[in-house]
Amino acid sequence: MKSRNNIWLNLDWISVIVYLTLVILGWINIYAAVYSDEHQSILDMGQRYGKQLIWIIAGAFLAIMVLTVDSKFYAAFAYHIYGITIFLLVAVLIFGKEINGARAWFEIGGVALQPAELGKFATNLAIAKCLSQFEFKMQKMNSYLILGALIGVPAILIILQNDTGSALVFGVFILVFFREGLNGMVLFWGFAAATLFILSLLINEFQMLVFLLSISVATYGFLRQSVKETLVGFVSVSGIFGLIWTIDALVGLGGTPFQLLLITTAIVGVLFIVYGIINHIREAWRIFLFFLFAVGISVSVNYFYNNVMAAHQRDRIDQLLGIKIDKLNKGYNLNQSKIAIGSGGLLGKGFLQGTQTKYNFVPEQSTDFIFCTVGEEWGFVGSTVVVGLFLFLLVRLITLAERQRSQFSRVYGYGVACILFFHIAINISMTIGIAPVIGIPLPFFSYGGSSLWAFTVLLFIFLRLDASRTENLR
Amino acid sequence: MDIYSKRKYLVIGLFSLVAFVIVIRLFTIQVLDSSYKISAASNVLRRVVNFPARGLIYDRNGKLLVFNQAAYDVLITPREMKPFDTLAFCRIVGVEKEELAREIKNARSYSMYKPSPIIKQLSSQTYAVLQEQLFKYPGFFIQARTLRQFPSKMAAHVMGYIGEVDQKGIDNNSYYESGDYIGKSGIEKMYEEDLRGRKGISYMMVDVHNMPKGSYEQGRLDTAASIGKNLTSTLNADLQNYGERLLSGKVGSIVAIEPSTGEILILASSPTFDPGLFIGRERSKNYAVLLNDPYKPMLNRAISSSYPPGSTFKLANALIGLQEGILQSVRYSCQGPSSSPIVCTHNHETPLGLVSAIRESCNAFFWQAFRAEINHYPTSAEGLDAFRNHLLEMGIGRKIGGDLYAETSGSVPAVSYYDKYFGSSHWNALTIRSLSIGQGELLLSPLQLANMVSLIANRGYYIAPHLVRSIQDYDGSQKVLQFEKHTIDAGLENYEMIVQGMEQVVEAGTARQSAKIDSVIICGKTGTIQNPHGQPHSAFVAFGPKINPQIAIAVYIENGVWGARYAAPIASLIIEKYLRGKIAKNRQHFEDAMLNSDLISTMKIETGD
Repeated sequence: MKSRNNIWLNLDWISVIVYLTLVILGWINIYAAVYSDEHQSILDMGQRYGKQLIWIIAGAFLAIMVLTVDSKFYAAFAYHIYGITIFLLVAVLIFGKEINGARAWFEIGGVALQPAELGKFATNLAIAKCLSQFEFKMQKMNSYLILGALIGVPAILIILQNDTGSALVFGVFILVFFREGLNGMVLFWGFAAATLFILSLLINEFQMLVFLLSISVATYGFLRQSVKETLVGFVSVSGIFGLIWTIDALVGLGGTPFQLLLITTAIVGVLFIVYGIINHIREAWRIFLFFLFAVGISVSVNYFYNNVMAAHQRDRIDQLLGIKIDKLNKGYNLNQSKIAIGSGGLLGKGFLQGTQTKYNFVPEQSTDFIFCTVGEEWGFVGSTVVVGLFLFLLVRLITLAERQRSQFSRVYGYGVACILFFHIAINISMTIGIAPVIGIPLPFFSYGGSSLWAFTVLLFIFLRLDASRTENLR
Repeated sequence: MDIYSKRKYLVIGLFSLVAFVIVIRLFTIQVLDSSYKISAASNVLRRVVNFPARGLIYDRNGKLLVFNQAAYDVLITPREMKPFDTLAFCRIVGVEKEELAREIKNARSYSMYKPSPIIKQLSSQTYAVLQEQLFKYPGFFIQARTLRQFPSKMAAHVMGYIGEVDQKGIDNNSYYESGDYIGKSGIEKMYEEDLRGRKGISYMMVDVHNMPKGSYEQGRLDTAASIGKNLTSTLNADLQNYGERLLSGKVGSIVAIEPSTGEILILASSPTFDPGLFIGRERSKNYAVLLNDPYKPMLNRAISSSYPPGSTFKLANALIGLQEGILQSVRYSCQGPSSSPIVCTHNHETPLGLVSAIRESCNAFFWQAFRAEINHYPTSAEGLDAFRNHLLEMGIGRKIGGDLYAETSGSVPAVSYYDKYFGSSHWNALTIRSLSIGQGELLLSPLQLANMVSLIANRGYYIAPHLVRSIQDYDGSQKVLQFEKHTIDAGLENYEMIVQGMEQVVEAGTARQSAKIDSVIICGKTGTIQNPHGQPHSAFVAFGPKINPQIAIAVYIENGVWGARYAAPIASLIIEKYLRGKIAKNRQHFEDAMLNSDLISTMKIETGD
């Protein structure tokens, strides 16, 4: 009985209150999103807000259940839970029901359940378990492979369900690994690759090459702390390019600017490497390798973009980057979403006064685009409060994670924070047009039992672990 | 504790950075950028336009010619659609499955989210059936609009048709918006502003399906619609119908005018078309068929085509000669050097005066009259100038300026034309002698011919021929329209000479067999127009009765061989029908012949040059 009392005493009530606040705010906004003059009863079970109320109450029971389970259970059965989840993910591919083109749902007695939602906390548990093993060392090649498999298997199964958005969530575990000692260069190269990816879609190959050459020369100059060498670099690149241009014009070969620049790059590259060898400059090699990496990325991006990505994924990226503007079809969601949020102004139009959401201009407005209702009815102030609450919760979770005695709990806590972060960041960013439209829910806000329960379980397992943070779990 | 614990600051930093970026972005689109508020307003605020009923059109005796009928468009919002029983749907609305599939595909490619019409102008019967079944078709909804209907198929050219306003129409007049209907031709176009009324605007809040959700600001900004005004046309529906029947199987036109008022009784052009073809689901297909028809059924030949007038022009020539004081008592020989190079082929007295010349349609006489008219002035140029000015006064070579749509001005060559062609002062009356007998470069519309006869019937004036007599105002009163009156004061006795000549044409001249009516004195003039492309054209102008004329008429039948063959019987039948109410027994064979003749199937189609 003593330890049982401890749970409620040691429970982080701050997180619980923030959680409840977010869930209630979410419900209010779902009510506003589906509100219409015809049906006004709050408890109308035929309407989404009525159903969501049931999900919330059921979620509360689920949270209490999670809290009453002994914390050792989660560590002990982490791999079992993970195994069962993998099994369900395979099963859903075979027996699942297809909704909106994704074979991701089990239907049991009229209630649709999504195993992918289980995947998040199951994988999180497994990773926490794996990292907290005594003999586990992050820097070994073997470790990378194991972690890669733990993430990769559910991610691939979810991609097979045609739910790429949910699969992308698994990428966020890299932040957890980083906290646990992953080489920072991996993050750097990842970030550089992402920047190059976007850049190479936005600008043409000639501009890209100019950009990379400039960056390389400038970085070299910076590393060498030499203005002279930087200038010589720029002058020699422009000089050789000018020379080749003149030759091309005189001979009349008719090479495109890109081809001419490519020849220039090759000549400059050879000269640069020879210069580096003669003068024993190590930076020369580094810069050269970085340059090759960057060129490699931007060449492969075009291949990846044109041959690997699905058409609708390309469309979403095109709309986001403004490569193609199509406000009536592919860009409709994004455009209407921005209109709804943008029209909210500083203070918003007020509860149930949002015309854009109330009159259904925004598709999926109670699920993926629930933030539109927040933005329209509560304005900049309300949106900022919601973003602030989320940020507060995330920071709180990191703080809690850091105070854990056992690595298992800490890793799990980081996992919770990072999964929530990914959902929040991507979901809100997509509604305001700074991330591509990826169909993932806003935690605690979006309509839907599966996702609400999954986030609740995810969070409350950690709160349970935190409540017995003095234990050492492996 | 562990060496990496400081990395929590990087993670927290990343969380905060992203939150910061989101807040900055929110500030930009919510507070700084006002364009989203405008977009939101245009999303949700719909100017709901209340289209008033278009004005009705009656004939001069109160017979209804054009009225309105409700029709319904089916629209879909592709994203809202669920799989449905396409066969059942096709059966209700009566379209092919393939067509439905095509329309849905088009709607999808336009927008998944915005409604587009897939089936237009359903009848109210179909609408009633579909309305009951509509719940089976999510994503489908219906919009009402009104269409024009024609109780009888007559006067298609006169009434004209309405259609969706084009971009030019929108640019020129801020009243119109895309999708509005506007008169495209005929009375519908000329009286557009009266017929259309004024649309009312109410501001409504609408949802994404364009469904009204309530009025905006309690309707303080709304304006009421006012219905279109009814028109009373000058047409005599029975006579128009009779004229169109007489024209059937022939290419040509009839213009009949009440001389004292300038009111047009008949304006018929053949081949014609069913005005109902421009309404309903098949209209664009029908339009294309009509447009590509080699006989150009949409062309209103009565006012938009111009032809050489042939011998009917001798009346104008005679009037000019009388105005110039030349022809009152002159007698020209139709043989010998004085008439050279035009020699009369008819067998009649010679030399002869004006009245006889009209009766005999003597080319030699009118050539010499023309020569005298031109040479009445010091130079040929001045002579032609005066000649031309007389014609312009008669409404020939210019638009007469009533209320007619697509009226042609015809063509009377000016001095500059011949100067350019032959060189200045290198031509004279002889060079341009074909004008004297209504051939050559001279082109008149049947309307201009009828108007010329109207002038003679009135002995000195005409009122611009027009199609609408009065407009009904909102209080029920009729506003009678006034049209310009042109007086040509050539002296009553001179007009009587021409009238006498025309009377003799029918009594004893070229039309004595084809146009003479026992009970009424008809004055007329035939014309047979040389046609390098085939059979000569047949023309006849007339008025009747001689005293206090009630009707002036011009009939022009393409490839009608000669004036007395088709044009004269048709004109006289119409006059007889109008003045006597029925066709006399001894003339019924004319009626039968005209109603049953078919020139079109034997006609060579001109492919144009």
